[in-house]
Amino acid sequence: MATKAIFSEVKNNGLGYWGILGLLGLVVLGGIWAFSYMHHHGHYVTGMNNQVVWGMPHVFAIFLIVAASGAANIATIGTVFGKTIYQPLGRLSAFLAGSLLVGGLIVLLLDLGSIGHVIEMAKGALNFKSIFAWNMILYSGFIAIIAVYLWTMMDRRKTAKSLYRSVGIANMVWRFLLTMGTGSIFGFLVARQYYDAAILAPLFIVSSYVFGTAIYILVLMASFKMTGRELGDSVLNRLRYTLATFIVLVLFFELTRHLTNLYATEHHGVEAYILSGESKFTSMFWYGQILLGSLIPLFLIWCRFLKNNRTVLVVAASLSIIGGFFQLYVILIGGQSFPLVLFPNAEVSSSFFDGVNNAYSATLAEILLGLGGVALALILVVIGVKIFRLLPETLADINVDPHHK
Amino acid sequence: MSHINSYRRKFLGGLAGTAAVATVAPGIFLREVQAKPAEQEVTDKVRWGMLIDTTKLTDGGDACVEACKKEHGWGNDPESNVAQQAQWIRKVKVTEKLTGHTTTLPVMCQHCETAPCVDVCPTGASMKRADGIVQVNKHICIGCRYCMMACPYKARSFVHETLTNQLPDTPRGKGTVESCNMCVNRVDEGKNPACVDAAPQALLFGDLNDPQSKISVALKTYGGTQIRADLGLNTGVRYWGI
Repeated sequence: MATKAIFSEVKNNGLGYWGILGLLGLVVLGGIWAFSYMHHHGHYVTGMNNQVVWGMPHVFAIFLIVAASGAANIATIGTVFGKTIYQPLGRLSAFLAGSLLVGGLIVLLLDLGSIGHVIEMAKGALNFKSIFAWNMILYSGFIAIIAVYLWTMMDRRKTAKSLYRSVGIANMVWRFLLTMGTGSIFGFLVARQYYDAAILAPLFIVSSYVFGTAIYILVLMASFKMTGRELGDSVLNRLRYTLATFIVLVLFFELTRHLTNLYATEHHGVEAYILSGESKFTSMFWYGQILLGSLIPLFLIWCRFLKNNRTVLVVAASLSIIGGFFQLYVILIGGQSFPLVLFPNAEVSSSFFDGVNNAYSATLAEILLGLGGVALALILVVIGVKIFRLLPETLADINVDPHHK
Repeated sequence: MSHINSYRRKFLGGLAGTAAVATVAPGIFLREVQAKPAEQEVTDKVRWGMLIDTTKLTDGGDACVEACKKEHGWGNDPESNVAQQAQWIRKVKVTEKLTGHTTTLPVMCQHCETAPCVDVCPTGASMKRADGIVQVNKHICIGCRYCMMACPYKARSFVHETLTNQLPDTPRGKGTVESCNMCVNRVDEGKNPACVDAAPQALLFGDLNDPQSKISVALKTYGGTQIRADLGLNTGVRYWGI
C-alpha cells in the first residue's frame, strides 16, 4: 500500500557533506580561473579557431541544458501522466533541472567573446529571427516555470495544489520547446553538411531524456545513500527501464538521421567522415556513443541476471552519460571538423583551411570551464537538498508501490 | 551556316564581349559611385554588388587580399595560431575532380540578400545595411560565433586576441566577429572597395539595382555565377569563370 510521501531537508552536517561541497567548490574555482584566463587573453588560449568555432565549453553547456530538460521529465511523468510512483520524485527532478540549466547557461555565457555586450540585449538588442534569441527567452522562462512548479509541489495551500497539474503541463510543453530550440541551433544551419536537418530537434528531445534520467538516477542514489534514506527497487526499476526505453529511442532517431543523410549524395562525404573515416569521431561515434553509451547500458539494464543490481545500474547510468557526451561531441565538433562545401565535386584549398578536415583539441581552460558548470549545477543541488524539502524521507517499496506485497 | 558554326560564332562573340566589358568597365565605373553625405541615410534604392572575372585575375586574387589587409589592418594577430588568425578575404584554388580544370578566385563575404549570419545573430549585430552591405556592429556583438556557424562561405573570423593600432575606419576588437564589409567606409565616400581598385581589370563594383550600371549590364548580358547558388541566398558578389 502506497503512503503519502514525507519530505525533509538533509540533516547531515558532517565531514561528508562539507567535503562534497568543498570539492565541488574547488572545481567551480577552476572554472572561474578558466573564465578569467580566457577572458583576459582572448580565445587564442583555447583550441577553438575560425574553423571549429564552438568547442568543449559548448559541448558541456549544451549537454547540461539538454540534460536539464530531461531531468524535469521525471516530474512530468508523475504530474502529467499521473504515475503516482513518480510523484515523490518530482521535487528533486524539478530542482535538479533548474540547477543543470543554470550550470549550462553559465558555461555558455562565460565562453562569449564579449560578455560585456550582453547588457545590450537587455536594452533591446534582440533579433527574434534568431533561434539563439528565442532560446534565451525559453531558458529564462524555464527557470521561472520550474520555480512555480516547485512551489505547487511544496506549498500546502490549496491554491498551490490546484495549480500543480496545469503548471506541470506548462512545464512539459515548455521543455519540449526548449529542447527543440536547442536542437534547432544546429537544425537551422543550412551551411553545414552534418547539420541542417529538422530531425535534430526531436533527436535532442529524446537525448535529453537519456541524459536527464541518467543524471537523476545517479543523484537520487547518491543522495539517498549519503543521507541514509531507504530507496526501494520499485522506484529504481521504473527509472532503469525508463532510461532503457529512451536509449532505444535515441538509437532509432540516430538510425533515421544517418539513413536519411546516406540517401542524399551530397551528404555522403560527411557521413563517411563520421561513420567510417579514420578520424577520432568515428571511434567516438561507434565505441563511445553506440557501444559504450547505448548497447552496454541496454544490456546491463535488460540482462535478467543483473536485475536489482544497483552497482550495475550506476554503471549503466554513468555509461549513458558518457555516451551522451560523445554524442554531442561528435555532433558539435565532428560536424564543424568536416569542411564546408563551397564547390561540390571539386578539390579546394586555401590559406583558410578550405577543403581540409579541421583539427580541434580542447585546452585545459576549456575543460575546466565546462567542469565548472557541472560542479556549479551539483553545488546547487547539494545546497538545495539541505535548505529545501526536496528528498522524500523514504522511497521504500512499501511506501511507494501500491502493488507491493 | 551550319548549326555548329553558328553556335561557335555566338560563343566566341560572347567571349569577346565579356572581355570588352570587363576591360573597359572598371575605368568608367569609378565615376559611377556617388559619395553619400554623412547625414544622409543609407537607402535600399541601391544594392551594392561586385563582379569578379577570375579569368582576368593574373595573380588569382593575391593583390585583392593584400589591399584588403592594408585597408582594414587585419593580419596583426601574432598570438593566435594560423587557424585562429583572421582572414577577411582569401584566395581559394578549385580543381574540378572529373576534368582537372583549376580556377583560383578570391572568396570573402558574399553579401547575401537573405544572409544566414543576419538571421541567426541573437543581438542583431550581424546586420545588412539597406544598400545590401552585410557587416558586424562591433558594439553589440557578444562574440557567440553563431554567425560563423551559419555562414556557408566561411567568410567570418573571430578576433582571438587583444589588438592594437587598429585603423580608424575599421573598428576591430578582441572577442568580436568580423568580415569583409565591402569597404563600407570607402563606398560611403564614393570610392570603390580596396580589392576592386587593386585588380581593376578583373573586379567590377556597382549598383545592382541600377539597370544602367556597368555591373548590371554585364550581369544581364552574360550572367554571373553565385557560389552555392543552391542555397538561394541571392549573393551580391558574382563570378565569371567558375
